[in-house]
Order: sequence, then structure tokens, then C-alpha cells
Amino acid sequence: MTMTATEPGARIGRIVHLAVCALIFTFLVAPILVIVPLSFNAEPYFTFTEGMLRLDPDAWSLRWYRQIVTDDSWRRALGNSLFIGVMSTVLATTLGTLAALGLSSPAMPARRLTMGLLISPMVTPLIISATGMFFFYSTLGLSQTHLGLVLAHAALGTPFVVITVTAALSAFDTNLTRAAASLGADPLLIFRRVQLPLIAPGVVSGALFAFAASFDEVVVVLFMAGEDQRTLPRQMWAGIREQISPAILAVATFLIAFAVLLLLTVDWLRRRGDAPGR
Amino acid sequence: MTRPAFRAARLTLPLVAFIGVTFVVPLATMLVRSVYDPVVADALPDTLAALRDWDGRSDPGEAAYAAAARELLRAREERTIGRVASRINRVRGGLRSVVVRSGRRLQDFSGGPWRAVLLEIDGRWGDAATWQAVRTAGDRLTARHYLNAVDLQRLPDGSIARQPPERRIYVALLWRTLVVSLGITALCLLLGYPVAYLIAHAPPRRAGLLLGLVLLPFWTSLLVRTTSWIVLLQTQGVVNDVLVTLGLLADDGRIALIYNMTGTVVAMTHVLLPFMVLPVYSIMRAIPPQQMNAAASLGAGFPRAFLRVYWPQTLSGVGAGSLLVFILAIGYYITPALVGGQSGQLISNFIAYHMQTSLNWGLAGALGGILLACVAVLYLAYDRVVGLDRMRLG
Repeated sequence: MTMTATEPGARIGRIVHLAVCALIFTFLVAPILVIVPLSFNAEPYFTFTEGMLRLDPDAWSLRWYRQIVTDDSWRRALGNSLFIGVMSTVLATTLGTLAALGLSSPAMPARRLTMGLLISPMVTPLIISATGMFFFYSTLGLSQTHLGLVLAHAALGTPFVVITVTAALSAFDTNLTRAAASLGADPLLIFRRVQLPLIAPGVVSGALFAFAASFDEVVVVLFMAGEDQRTLPRQMWAGIREQISPAILAVATFLIAFAVLLLLTVDWLRRRGDAPGR
Repeated sequence: MTRPAFRAARLTLPLVAFIGVTFVVPLATMLVRSVYDPVVADALPDTLAALRDWDGRSDPGEAAYAAAARELLRAREERTIGRVASRINRVRGGLRSVVVRSGRRLQDFSGGPWRAVLLEIDGRWGDAATWQAVRTAGDRLTARHYLNAVDLQRLPDGSIARQPPERRIYVALLWRTLVVSLGITALCLLLGYPVAYLIAHAPPRRAGLLLGLVLLPFWTSLLVRTTSWIVLLQTQGVVNDVLVTLGLLADDGRIALIYNMTGTVVAMTHVLLPFMVLPVYSIMRAIPPQQMNAAASLGAGFPRAFLRVYWPQTLSGVGAGSLLVFILAIGYYITPALVGGQSGQLISNFIAYHMQTSLNWGLAGALGGILLACVAVLYLAYDRVVGLDRMRLG
């Protein structure tokens, strides 16, 4: 991009590059955005009707939104997703932040091995995690319980917290803790008053990642959840596989709005974390 | 251990213990399941004892028949006979019905000789092969599932041979998974590199916006994105509609873009693209733009300057992104399951099939064990090449 773009060859190259990138961005974003208008379809179709294209007001409606708001199964699914998501996030964030504090200490023994173990749930194929968890949690009587899913999702969410908090701590000036200690503060006080405020953006974005991971997880839920633990993604899965109804487009639109919110929050946190003068 | 070391280790201990119990032990359970199966051994102990010294060819003798009759009857009462039958059936196809029917019909007989009774119920009890299958299924510890998972089998004489051609599916499946994942990785690199370049060298404000466009799919629910592709690509979907409206396709000539391998590749490339863009972008951002200008002022055209100066410096990002995309691709389940149809299924989908439909959990465990080994190797490579502590999110 910063080529000396005086010669025509470079300019053509630049235009081609921009055109290609425009196509790739279309590929990335258009599939997500196309869902939004389709969710207002008055007909039970997954495509634009002629009326919609003519902008005929009768072709557009809120019927699918009405359906998901009044439908008990969607409401229950949202409740389950929020409960499992919040509980597993609290667990993952607490354990993950503690572990990241230990991992960031230069004195940590077997650091690489520990890190490898703690990040492994993130790269292990979900189908394998789900298979193993199904076998093991069944023997403990934890399959088809909320507790089982909370524990499973917490395990899958901790790597995100470990990674973001370790990253936040790597930018942390250790002189600050040393200064606090020399002034007589005990480790807990140092953590609360010096470290936590500075790494808070990392902790919160780790928590958001963990929540998003749980909120979107469906494979473990497919294997372990009973009728009472159906989550939003599980309900969508059924909606795609069994009875395709545009109601799932309305749910999808909600989830897209939620994704935008998460994205903006994490971006804001990162800019706070990077901010100079911290 | 020094005191600071102890203090650091103590902080990681709760999570290590938690991951151990909630994650590592379950994986170990799966691996144990893939080599250990006590169902037949527990249900037919006396039968198996009677077969222990049998030569594998002749008639196993009245003692074996009597034990089998007694234990099949008991298995039926305890409702385990279905599980016993399916395991024997996996060793030798067609025996499920023999076992289940024998359990049911044996109730009508009050006494032996049991050889005559069993032969009257089903003549196949007279085949040595039937008894060999019972004996093989009775092994608690078995490599059978792993042999199965690589299209091999153990013949009655103990030698190892390939499965008959119509049952050779898993080696091809593993290959397909690896090749498709490699293709998706290459596609992600092809699409991700120019985008990362654009963002890395754009003015800050615009770069932030463009990065947001890459991150939006990253944060959007996977099921939402998969639904989008169904909406777009199905035969009555948006893409086909547009092509028909433009006159590029006849209305009866709509193309199948989904529920096949095309659907899997397109949707998975979309899902995994951000994982390529982010590491490549963060490496590119650190390359000073003056370098390319310097190369140009020294007379190198763009291709030459790019290949000699720029590309080599981005290789670590390319390696990190490619490994991550490849690792995630080979274990992918949801997208192929929803948009892959028959031909677009990968190894994960067969694990799910054996878990949920065929209920051959041992084979599911063995396929999972093989997939896990592949991922473990790649994970170690990632740690070597990139370093886990340099992993960043978003």
C-alpha cells in the first residue's frame, strides 16, 4: 500500500488488490447481513419474495419475532443458555485469572507444560471433548444436568481467560508490585489494589470470550443435555435439522446484534488496555 | 522448590486440578473405552471359560453349549443381551439375530442336551466361526477398534488382514479430512493474506473499521453463520435466485452448492478465515513500510521486493495462522454436519455417528483417539513454531 505509486503498474496492482479485498470482505460479512432482512419475511421462505424486493409493506412482517417471543421453548432455551453461560464464565474467569497470575510469575516451575495443559481444551476437537465428557459425566450422574454442562463449559472456557489475562500481565510493569510490597502491602492487597485494576480489561475480555464460547457451544450440549437443558444453539440446531422455520432467522438476528455488542465491548476494552499512561 | 516457585505453582493448582477432572479424565475415559470392553466377558464368563482351550475348528463341546444357553438366558433376563449381541455382531456380521433369537427361544426349553437345543434354534451354532466370534468378542482388552479404524481386521487364526473392500472406509475418510483441511487452510491463506496486508497498512481509523469487519464473523454464533450459508446456497436460495434472475442459469438448472463438499468447504473457510487474518495481520503490523520503499528505490519491482523483503518476514504469522486453521479444521463437526450432506462429512461426523446412531462406542473412541493424536502432534508443532504464550485472541 505504501509503494511509490507513481508508475502505472503499481497503480493497477493497487486497484486490483483493493477490488480483491472488497470481494473478500463481501464474502466475510454479506452472509451474516443477509439474514437480517430475511427475518422480516412475511412468508415462511428462506429467500427474498418479490413483494420484499418491491418494498411492499405487506411482504414484511414481525411474525417470526412474535413467534419466538411467545414460544415457551425459545424462552426456556434462552434461560438455559444464560444460566449455563454465566455460571461457567464465573468459574472459568476465577480459576483462569488465578492460574494466569501463577503462569506470569518468572518463578513458575514447568511453565510450558502447564500452559500446554491449560490451553488444550481450546484446540481439542469439540467432538472428542464431548465424547469423553459424555462417557465420564454419565458415570458420575452429571449428564443431563445443568451442573454437568456448567462444568463442561467452564473447562472449555478457561483457555480464553488464561490467554487474555496472561497477555495483559505480560504488559504489566512488575516494578509496581515490588514498590507496593516494599511499602508493606501483603500479596492479597497488592492483587486487589495494584494488579487487578490494571489487568481488569484483560480479565473482562477473557470473561466475554468464555461467555461467548459457552453461549455458542452446541456439540457438548448435543451429547450431554436432556430436554430440560436445551440451550439456544441446541434449539437452533433442531431448527436447522428438523423443522426449518424462519423463526430461527429472527433468533439469528438477535444473536448478530449480540455479537456486534460483544465485538464493540472487547474492542473498547482492548483500547483501554493499550492506552498510554497506564 | 523455592518459595516464589511454590507460590506461583499454588496459584495454577486449582485450574490444573479442575481441568484434570473435568477435561483430561474424560479424554482418558474415551481412550480406555477404545481398547477396553467388558460387556461380553461379564455376561458370558462360563462360556468363555469353556472356550479357553478350544482349538477353534472342531465342535466346542456340550459344556460350552450348556454354559452359553444358561448365560444367554440370564442376559436376556438382565436385559443385557442386546448389548452382547451387538458386540458379537461387530466381530462377525449377521450374528445379532442369532444371539437375540436364541435368548428368546431358550425360554421354551426346560433341559438339555443344550447342543441339540441351540442347533435346533439356529443352525449357525454349529459353525466354528460363530464360536470364534463369541470368543473374540469376549476379550476385555482389544485392539479391534483401532484395527477397524484403519480398515484392518484380525482373522480367526490371529493374523491381521485388510477389511473386505466394501468395509474399507476410514483410511479414505482420514485422508479426505486431512486433504480438505489442507485445502481450507490454503484458501484461508489465499483470502486472508491480502486482507491482512490491507488492514496492516491502512491508516489507523480505517484499519480499526476493517478489523471490525473481520471480527464480526468471529464473534457471530457459528450456528448463525451456518444458517446464513444455507439461506444463501440452497437450490432455492439467494445465490441461485440471483444467478437465475441475471439469466446466467436456467430455472431448472439450479446448481447444488450445499449439502455436499462444496458447502462444507465454503462454510468452513468462512468460519476459519478470521483465525488466519489475525495472526498474519499482527506480524505485518510490525514490518516498517520504509523497507518496501527502500527495496523499490534500489530498483526492485513490487513482485521482487515483496518476495525477497516482505513475504519472508510474514512467515511466522503465516505459520501460526495456518497451523491454527488446520488444527481447527480437522476436528470440525457442526458445519459439515449441517451443510455437508452425504459427501461432505469428515472424521468428526463419523465419530458422532458411532456415538449416537450405531452406538459402536469403542470404534467412536478409536477414531477419536486417532484424531486426538493428529491434533496433539500439530499442537506440539504450534508450541514449537509459534509458542503458546504468544497466542492472542482478537
